[in-house]
Parts: sequence; C-alpha cells; structure tokens
Amino acid sequence: MSKTTIVPFGPQHPVLPEPIHLDLELDDERVVQALPSIGYVHRGLELLAERHNFIEMAQVAERICGICSFIHSQGYCQGIEQLLGLKVPPRAAYLRTMWAEMSRIQSHLLWLGLSADAFGFESLFQHSWRIREMLVDMIEETTGGRVIFGTCKVGGIRKDVDAETLQRIGGKIREMESAFNEISHIFSIDRTVKQRTVGIGVLTAEDAHALGAVGPVLRASGHARDLRQLGYAAYGELDWEPIVETAGDCYARCIVRLREISQSIDLIKQCIDRMPSGEIEVTFKGKRPQGETMIRLEQPRGEVCYYMCANGGKNLERFRVRTPTFANIAPLVHMLKGCELADVPVILLTIDPCVSCNER
Amino acid sequence: MRFLKKSPWILHYAATSCNGCDIELLACLTPMYDVERFGIVNTGNPKHADIFLVTGSVNEESRQVVENLYAQIPEPKVVVAIGACALSGGIFRDAYNVYGGIDKIIPVDIYVPGCAARPESIIDGIVQALEILEQRASERKRQRKLVAL
Repeated sequence: MSKTTIVPFGPQHPVLPEPIHLDLELDDERVVQALPSIGYVHRGLELLAERHNFIEMAQVAERICGICSFIHSQGYCQGIEQLLGLKVPPRAAYLRTMWAEMSRIQSHLLWLGLSADAFGFESLFQHSWRIREMLVDMIEETTGGRVIFGTCKVGGIRKDVDAETLQRIGGKIREMESAFNEISHIFSIDRTVKQRTVGIGVLTAEDAHALGAVGPVLRASGHARDLRQLGYAAYGELDWEPIVETAGDCYARCIVRLREISQSIDLIKQCIDRMPSGEIEVTFKGKRPQGETMIRLEQPRGEVCYYMCANGGKNLERFRVRTPTFANIAPLVHMLKGCELADVPVILLTIDPCVSCNER
Repeated sequence: MRFLKKSPWILHYAATSCNGCDIELLACLTPMYDVERFGIVNTGNPKHADIFLVTGSVNEESRQVVENLYAQIPEPKVVVAIGACALSGGIFRDAYNVYGGIDKIIPVDIYVPGCAARPESIIDGIVQALEILEQRASERKRQRKLVAL
C-alpha cells in the first residue's frame, strides 16, 4: 500500500508568469492526480459590458488578455458588427488579419521562450525574446502600442497604415524570418530539447477529441481543425493550410507552434502584397445592436467563442467569453496523470496556459 | 545613481493583471532591455527577493497570496506597483471582484503608470526603488549600531 503526498504547484511559481494553482498528488515522483484550482485573476470583466456602452467595450475586451489582446477586440467587434449588420471594408479586414497574425507570432515566440526556460534552456529563452522584440517593434510602428494595440473598433479600424510603412514592415518581417529560422532549427533538432519533450505528455487523437482540446494541442494530435478556415476577416482570400502533427506529445506541440510562426510570417507577407485600397471603417450612426450572436475565432491558443446578447440599448445585455485555456485544462489534467514531477512544468507550458483569458 | 553594493533581486507576482504588464516586465529581463546588467535577477523565491513587483489589482483570491509573499520577503524591501490596474484598478475599477490598487493591501513605494506600462518606465521604477532600498538598508544598519551601543 503506497502512501501519496500532495505537493502544491503555484499560484506563485518561477515558470509561471501568471497564477494558477495545481494540487499534485504524488506517489514518489509520479503524479497520480492533478487538481487545478483557479480564481486568482478573476475580475468580473463580463459584467463590465453592462456598465460600459458597446463602443467603449471594445477597449475592455482587448484587455481580457495582454498576449492575444488584438484578437479579443477583433472578436468583440465582429460580433457587434454582425448584430448591427455592418460589413467591414476590405482594407480594414486585411489590416485586422495582419495585426492578428502579428499577435499570433509574438504570442508563440513568447511561449517558445517560456517553455525553453521551463526545461532549463536559458539561452534559447533569451534568443526567442530577442526575436520577439523585433516583432513588437513592428507592432509599435503600425499601431502605436506594444502590447495593447487599441486599433480595432466597431465598424473597422482606428488608424490606417500608409504604403511606405507597409513596405518597411515587409522588409523587417523578412529580417525577422531569417533570425527566427536559426532558432527554429535549433529548437527542432537539439538533443536537450528532445530529451525533455519527446514522448512526454502524450495526448492521443481520440483523447484530444473526447476531451475537447483546441488549438495547437488539438492539431498536434492529428486533427486538422483551425477556426481560420471559417474565413473571417481576410483569411478566406489568403492561401494557407492548417498545420498538423500526429505524435501528440510535448515535442509535437512545440513543432506545431514553430511551424505556425512561419505560416503567420507568410500570411503577413500575403496581406502586405494583396492589401486593397479604400476606406478603413463604415459609419453606423445612431444604430444600436439588437439580438444575439455567437462568434468563433482562432486565437494563438485555440478556439475562442464570444456570445453577445443585446436588446437595442446602448449596453449589451450579456457578454460571455469561452477561452481556449479553459478547453485545454481537461486535456492537461489527463496528460499530467502518470507523469514525473519534473515534467509537470513542461507539460503545463505546452498547452500555453493563459490564465487571465481563462478567468477574465 | 551611485554604484550599488549588492545585486537586488526581484520577485514578480501577477495579482489580477491582464498579462500585458507581465510580459513587458519579462521583456525587461531579456536582451533588448536587459536589466541583468545591473545585477537584477528575477527570482521565484520570496525569501531571496529585495524588490516586490506587483502587476494588476487585487481580488478576493489573490489578496492572501500578495500578503503572504510580502510577509515572506526579508527586510529591507521595496514594493513597486506596475500598471494602471495596480495603481487604482484601471479599466477594471468598476468590476465586482476588484478591490482597487495594491496599496489597499500592502504599502507601496513606487508607482509605475501605463496600460500596459512600457519597459522603459518599469526600469525607471526599479531604479528608483533601488535608491529607496539603499536608504532602508543604511537606516537599518544605523539602528542596529544604536541597539549594540
């Protein structure tokens, strides 16, 4: 009869920039059960929709999370536009796509650094953040903000990017690509990385489907499901394919994200090449949202859903967000069962947890 | 600022922040801004830390954690509140689960504004915190001498 011990993991832990708490039930070094408890970042953001009017709320929605900030405001604005019956001009749709992809790259590079740190590869952590800075500079050049973009608004975008700046971004993204290819190569062949990730935290295709995994976790288990296939914004007009790996372990999830960075770089180039000219916003003076809608987008971490209900007033009646991290907690708990204690940070980070999205 | 005698280590806790300030804080530690050249290292252990950086405002759940971490940091210590939420609750000040600024829970020495606070201003805040830390250290030394006499 073995005796189990409970080791608390978090809420304040060196590998986690954000607080999440896990109670790890251990038999020697092996995890028998992991019990997550959340609530450290809960602010009550959804209720703010009743206090701010529907135009201001785009700014609040952007602050659901600082990492995928732009995609949250994009999702919110798409929902309101659907309720108002607006169609965004093509230029605005392309610029939204470009910023969403920039947001995805910076999120993946950030994750790459943190996970390298989790398995003790300090220099890779520093290098991926060095490359991330190059991208953050591009974001700052086009939007004015480094983390919170503030450019998405109901009916279009807040500010245009001139042709010269776009040209410059095109050049810079090529520079970034060659710098990224260097570390991407190291990440995919290095022995240290492989020893900590190959065969660790395996999620089979059946389990991934049954437990409702989303995003890179799902795609690393062999399901070709990417919400960008819905063709929102300008994705329907661009050439791309969802990225799929089949192994389902931590290494496969790393590779999916690495390949997605290259894909996003390609999408940004396509956006710049095909950027249509024209208006950047449509007016909707006096209109108020009415009815209810559901919007689904692909975040860096997976599928995010927004539910909106309005009754013709200036405030929404209900605003609800379902975030990818929430969907990925069930697969995480499944993967943690039977793993070694030393692998817990690595497995936890490969779902790319975003606690502030999750708890809002 | 004159030359520091010791390397100050920082402890970071995200109370209810949206991640924005947290990633800007991490950006300070990486090659572009690199505060490690001043000997500033990010530690996970409150018992090794000198400067406590808090991002985001406090809620019911994180209040206890912030208080515990603050109590575990040895004297002398300095608290830096980063970002609009840590200062006053920011855009979330009306939300039902937000108490407001960090200073409602623990004493704050330096306030770094911004949503999200930029790495430059965070570094500026830390540098100001270093001066306070030096003052507190020398004050402690002086008082110990008095006690010894």
